[in-house]
Amino acid sequence: MSTWHKVCRLEEIPLRGSRVVPHDEVSIAIFRTADDEVFALRDACPHKAGPLSQGIVHGHRVTCPLHGWNIELSSGEACAPDEGSTVTYPARVENGVVLLAL
Amino acid sequence: MKKQKLVVVGNGMAGIRTVEELLKLAPDLYEITVFGAEPHPNYNRILLSPVLAGEMTLADIVLNDLDWYKDNGITLHTGKKVVKIDRIGRKVIAEDSAGVTTEANYDRLLLATGSVPFMLPVPGNDLPGVIAYRDIADTEAMIATALTHKHAVVIGGGLLGLEAANGLKLRGMDVTVVHIGEWIMERQLDKPGADMLQASLESKGLKFLLGKQTEMLTANAAGRVCSIRFKDGAEIPADLVVMAAGIRPNTALAESAGLHCHRGIVVSDTLQTFDPRIYAVGECAAHRGIAYGLVAPLFEQAKVCANHLAQMGIGRYQGSVTSTKLKVTGVDVFSAGNFTGGEGTEDIVLHDKNGGIYKRLVIEKDRLVGAVLYGDTGDGGWYFQLLKEGRDIGAIRDHLMFGDAFTNNHVGDVGHAGNSKAAAMADEAEVCGCNGVCKGTIVKAIREQGLFTLDDVRKHTKASSSCGSCTGLVEQILASTVGGAYQAADRTTKPMCGCTALTHGEVRAEIRGQKLLSLDDVFATLAWHTPDGCATCRPALNYYLISTWPHEAKDDPQSRFINERAHANIQKDGTYSVVPRMWGGLTTPDELRRIANVAEKYHIPTVKVTGGQRIDLLGVKKEDLPAVWKDLDMPSGHAYGKSIRTVKTCVGTEHCRFGTQQSMSMGVALEKMLFGMWSPHKVKLAVSGCPRNCSEAGIKDVGVIGVDSGWELYVAGNGGIKTEVAEFLCKVTTREEVLEYSAAFLQLYREEGWYLERTVHYVQRVGLDYVKRCVVEDADNRKALHQRLLYALQGVVDPWRERLPGEGSPQLAAEFTPLPVPVETI
Ligand code: SRM
Ligand SMILES: Cc1cc2nc3c(=O)[nH]c(=O)nc-3n(C[C@H](O)[C@H](O)[C@H](O)COP(=O)(O)OP(=O)(O)OC[C@H]3O[C@@H](n4cnc5c(N)ncnc54)[C@H](O)[C@@H]3O)c2cc1C
Ligand code: SF4
Ligand code: FES
Repeated sequence: MSTWHKVCRLEEIPLRGSRVVPHDEVSIAIFRTADDEVFALRDACPHKAGPLSQGIVHGHRVTCPLHGWNIELSSGEACAPDEGSTVTYPARVENGVVLLAL
Repeated sequence: MKKQKLVVVGNGMAGIRTVEELLKLAPDLYEITVFGAEPHPNYNRILLSPVLAGEMTLADIVLNDLDWYKDNGITLHTGKKVVKIDRIGRKVIAEDSAGVTTEANYDRLLLATGSVPFMLPVPGNDLPGVIAYRDIADTEAMIATALTHKHAVVIGGGLLGLEAANGLKLRGMDVTVVHIGEWIMERQLDKPGADMLQASLESKGLKFLLGKQTEMLTANAAGRVCSIRFKDGAEIPADLVVMAAGIRPNTALAESAGLHCHRGIVVSDTLQTFDPRIYAVGECAAHRGIAYGLVAPLFEQAKVCANHLAQMGIGRYQGSVTSTKLKVTGVDVFSAGNFTGGEGTEDIVLHDKNGGIYKRLVIEKDRLVGAVLYGDTGDGGWYFQLLKEGRDIGAIRDHLMFGDAFTNNHVGDVGHAGNSKAAAMADEAEVCGCNGVCKGTIVKAIREQGLFTLDDVRKHTKASSSCGSCTGLVEQILASTVGGAYQAADRTTKPMCGCTALTHGEVRAEIRGQKLLSLDDVFATLAWHTPDGCATCRPALNYYLISTWPHEAKDDPQSRFINERAHANIQKDGTYSVVPRMWGGLTTPDELRRIANVAEKYHIPTVKVTGGQRIDLLGVKKEDLPAVWKDLDMPSGHAYGKSIRTVKTCVGTEHCRFGTQQSMSMGVALEKMLFGMWSPHKVKLAVSGCPRNCSEAGIKDVGVIGVDSGWELYVAGNGGIKTEVAEFLCKVTTREEVLEYSAAFLQLYREEGWYLERTVHYVQRVGLDYVKRCVVEDADNRKALHQRLLYALQGVVDPWRERLPGEGSPQLAAEFTPLPVPVETI
């Protein structure tokens, strides 16, 4: 069963940006959108494993820096016409602290 | 808020395209109801010809299936024809074939009723077996008749008639094309072109009767048409007569509602009729006296109309230049613009009768105004582009006839030499080398997904979405697959991206005119459709802001591509490359020692000399970047930015026995002046000490070549995807002048260029004459440009220095530091 983990304070993630959380083999990218929601994704694009944490965040999506796929932050799914998905992790903000379920 | 009601009359290509555009802009503004007289969802009318020819099926050509209407909350009434518009009560009344009526109220009404085929007013034109060629029902009737009857006559030797005739022939009928004119397709072709076309259709078995006037159609005992008689007394058998003698805008409904019609429903540049609540688009509309009969203009109208329906009020439709292609497999005909010539025009003609090729280019005062191509239409798209843009072709006139590949290829179009005949390419042939996409995949996507634009193809197949060198080829494939419906990509008139209806030019003008200083200003003031843009517009907007309002606008790192945020170039495995600056390509033993030490200390796998006269350290971990920079103790080479890259130099008179000028120190001075300069795309310079030009200044954004009496300046060269030789700007005498002119040119480009437009494309767009007027002829303007660049670069700091470990702000450092391992909570 997964448990909630403290990651950082919300302001430590840039608005429309992300930070990388070390985790097993592949790190987790944790994103902060313009409306101050947070999302956590395995930091590997479903296309060729590009580091999504390095992409441009817009709306609730991130554009992969390598070949420009758009990934839906809530589901980890690639936006049409591309296909594929990456692992998501539950994340939320509580009292200004970012929590991640692992 | 209660939604407004939009009613669309006509479930065809123009009406539904407008709805699609509207949904992109304002998905929630209207409750939409669509009436269509045909019993089908919207389909691609132009593909009726391949259906008739047996190359596609009806299922293939549906553009919007019923689910699409449902998913978008649109009420669709098929098989219901609107018979009345009540403008006072603001409602429409429709009737189905059984006479049952349906009513719908509107706040806005869109008329997209298309055309009605013109039926020759001769006795017998209403007999069974006499039809037009307009919709699915007609096509089905033709296919069925071909199974049971033999003789078909097509009246009208235009595009539509020939496509009908070709299809019926392929379905096994004996087909005669009857045409009143002296030659076929006289609205698109001149006589020599038409003669060749006719010969090739005759070799496929079609028969032609030209200069013939129909007198009447006669019926057999069963009351079905059986022959056609001409005014000269001749008569031929006809079990099926297809009238393809022209179309008339379908204005009956509009006229009955008292809307002003003249050659169509008269509309303004905003596609509004004389009743401002009522819009009209497509073949039924007459804009500035013209009703178009091709889809490309309709799509442009749809875009503008949707914008106004969405209450954005931006954009005007100003008419279209059209081109056509005949969709008969194996026969290539293309025509565009004015090809009949006339006073003040000249012709260039190539007529190779045996080779089956005819080409005619009509030129007026160094501009291409018309083109007819027969046999080899591969360059149709290119000519059409030249024609639409009104490009000055004076300089390429000699080569024009030989096409794009020849004219522009003598200096190299890497990776695609000789591949300019899209139609002839095999399906397995690779088109996009970057993404490994072959022709068959592209054609399939175009057909199955109903794609019309380069952008669509990029999105769905990835072809041409990387380096772009295959763009021309993809455009040709589009053109040859969808025919006249193809819309050439055109950055001048195209919106920046899906987040706005504004073009790059319009956005730049608004940012300047309204003094917008942040992205949020732009999103709010210019009514962006998305809350915070996308990965395409954000970097562009960020650049426009900081280049237009230096020191005032806010630079947003989150709107920059990762390379410009990390100040290093991301690699395929997520590591980075580091290229320290070596001014003018010069280095020292000490710098080299530091580079060597850093490479060892940080286990950097690859050290490489770049094509830009400096050294690249490849495969650096992101966390190590600040420390690497610290140990290198050299400034950033900006090898990762849309910015000044390098100034290449040769040795020059400092050492070289041929040198006439000090190229190394000139290069260093230029590079220092430009340090930290952001630009629409990357900028590279080179300085050579004599015309032997060892620094390759002829393919740089700014090239400087020393001569005995001073310096020659060249601009807008490019050594990349498509090699373009720089153009001579002017000659100057002093070093100060070299700095001033170069700076002025680059500032002009910085202020006016569109994001991702290299100098070569910028200069092609505005014209070298314009650049010369701004930079060479107008000394005050040049000095002002120079000063504005210096002002923008005032106080520029080395981005690496700002990010050294332990120095600079924690925010900047955060980019490079992973968060700590998470701590479990209860
Ligand atoms: C490192 C270098 C190759 C080398 O080892 O020599 C290089 C490497 C890249 N080039 Fe280049 N180019 C390099 C010199 C060139 C040159 C030659 C030159 O500058 O003299 C050209 C042709 C000249 C020109 O630009 O006109 C060149 C034309 C391109 C282009 C095509 C640009 C165009 O407008 O046609 C691209 C694609 C782009 O920028 O969109 C590109 C893009 C790239 C990128 C940045 C692709 C990317 O975005 O990741 C490559 C990064 C590789 C990596 O993994 O780090 N590179 N590239 C050269 C760095 C020079 C430097 O010191 O800064
Ligand atoms: C066989 C064929 C081949 C073609 N090939 C090409 C080509 O290669 N390239 C090209 O650019 N163009 C081509 N065209 C032309 C192109 O199809 C038209 O320009 C385009 O379809 C016009 O779009 P529209 O929406 O204005 O009209 P339409 O697509 O005709 O749509 C109008 C719709 O409105 C309906 N309607 C009319 N009145 C009413 C009413 N009162 N109530 C309800 N519904 C109504 C009609 O039934 C029709 O479905 C071709 C046309 C045909 C027939
Ligand atoms: S370095 Fe340049 S030419 Fe080489 S693969 Fe990368 S982009 Fe292509
Ligand atoms: S790895 Fe993400 S788009 Fe290719």
